Amino acid sequence: MAIKGGIDARPNPVGTIIGAAAIALFFSFPYLLMFLSSLKTREEITRIPPDYFPVTPQFSNYLTVWSSSVAPGSSLLATIVISLGATLLVLLIATPAAYYVARFRFPGRMVFLFLVLITQMLQPTVLAVGLYQQFSGWRGYLVWVALILINGAFNLSFAVWIMQSFFASIPKEIDEAALIDGLGRLQTMFRVSLPLVWPGIVTAIVFVFVNTWNEFAAAFILVQDNALQPLTVSMPRFLGMYIRDWQYLFTVAVVAIVPVIILFSLIEKRLIGGLTAGAVK
Amino acid sequence: MTRPSAVTALRSDSARPRKRPRRTGALTALPWVTPTLLLIAGVVIYPTILMFWTAFRKYNSYGIEQGSAGLNNFIGPAGAFTFPTVPWASVWTNTVVWVVVVVLLTLLLSLGLAQFLNKDFPGRKALRLVIILPWASSVVMTTTVFNYGLQTDVGLFNRLLVDTGILQTAYGFTKDPTSAFWVAVFVAIYVSLPFTTYTILAGLQSVPRDVLEAAHVDGAGAAQRYWQIVLPLLRPAIAAATLINIINVFNSLPILKILNETPGFNTGHTTTTLIFAYKSTLGPGVASALSIFNFFFCLVIIAVYLGIVKPTKEVQ
Repeated sequence: MAIKGGIDARPNPVGTIIGAAAIALFFSFPYLLMFLSSLKTREEITRIPPDYFPVTPQFSNYLTVWSSSVAPGSSLLATIVISLGATLLVLLIATPAAYYVARFRFPGRMVFLFLVLITQMLQPTVLAVGLYQQFSGWRGYLVWVALILINGAFNLSFAVWIMQSFFASIPKEIDEAALIDGLGRLQTMFRVSLPLVWPGIVTAIVFVFVNTWNEFAAAFILVQDNALQPLTVSMPRFLGMYIRDWQYLFTVAVVAIVPVIILFSLIEKRLIGGLTAGAVK
Repeated sequence: MTRPSAVTALRSDSARPRKRPRRTGALTALPWVTPTLLLIAGVVIYPTILMFWTAFRKYNSYGIEQGSAGLNNFIGPAGAFTFPTVPWASVWTNTVVWVVVVVLLTLLLSLGLAQFLNKDFPGRKALRLVIILPWASSVVMTTTVFNYGLQTDVGLFNRLLVDTGILQTAYGFTKDPTSAFWVAVFVAIYVSLPFTTYTILAGLQSVPRDVLEAAHVDGAGAAQRYWQIVLPLLRPAIAAATLINIINVFNSLPILKILNETPGFNTGHTTTTLIFAYKSTLGPGVASALSIFNFFFCLVIIAVYLGIVKPTKEVQ
């Protein structure tokens, strides 16, 4: 279909390969450094000047880090619990809202959608002082509940938005057939529509989970107790006054980053639709 | 019954004239949307109200409320919106430089990157996955690697810069407030690139080929086609990416916080990072006043976003 001397720039294989390699290197070098550094001994990583590569890769760091002074296990648990909690909360409350907004027009629907969009663009940092006043009294494990609520609230809109666009794409007739067959509205949503919109649900789940997993500001202001801090907040504690365990810090960072990279790559194609709320196709 | 894949679902959205959703009353809608409304009311609107209240109250150095402050939390020695006890001139400058430089450079670099990724070459899909890395990873952890690499003594980036002859001796990038700020700018651009590139790439893929081919037949060169066809068609994608980036960059806390090792106020604070000094130096009153300024700034950007990008036009 291309016209002679078409609109595509002359393919220059060498240039393309060099360009692609440079881009790949640019977007991965901090993470390569992170991984390499996680395999060094403390003596190696604090050596001056530093060596580029570990002499013998210390894969044992990935075992010993859990019993180190910072004991990151509890932080990993905190991160997992808060992320799962927020994801579950969002799913539970965003799904019916998304379904209804996609299926029905009702007074206040646009107001509702605007509210959702505004929440999507606001961030916990803007409300940090208010959130601190509201939740600073939530001690012990309650602080995890507070973080689940906060992360849930600020990620809710993405989920509502992406799921409603999927619900809207299913022909209404399918729903109506189910209703005529005697299913209730809620049952129709669960048993007929939900199985059809699974890509949207997976996208919402991954996005909320990853965002909560990486959240910093709210956790930073609310969690005082070391044992309850999620990973993003507790990691600097590896860098003490006298002992700087960079290698352990990076071990934990690798452990924390690998799962979210896998999750994010699953929904790579669908990220833009939800984030820019259908503005870009 | 076929399962709509995400892509076909989104396409069919715009291709087929959408049947209007059925009408119902507000009361029937309540059980479906109330949980969402409650969460937004409880965790977004309520703290906002608290913040507004606090901004007009006076607090002593122990954080105990001392009655009404009127507008005192907003008015510093140099007039309205200079905020007491805040080095307002440097904070304002930093904030403007931070947002403008990061957002603009991110956009320019992303336009180039997206153009490259839009080409068809083997390994393109793998490359797009590599670009996701800074997006999926926690900003705290990405910033920490840069902080480590740029340490004067143990930092590998410093060693690399010395080994390649770019630097004579290792430089304490994060020890000096000014260079720490510019390192933070670099890291902020770095973590903003994936989202921006993806958005522009999505825009590029919607540019119709036949239009470009027609322009080519009419004698338009590559540069002309880019400026006169591609770029105008990219406008919605650029608008969406830029406005979302403004909000994200403006609200960014960890990058500046981690890279700025010099304590004190006069070191690369923006109006966002400064808020987090409320427990130590600012006090709840001034911190809230500052937050309210940030809040309104975000609202303005959101309003522009809703006005220009019109994300709701599809669901009317």
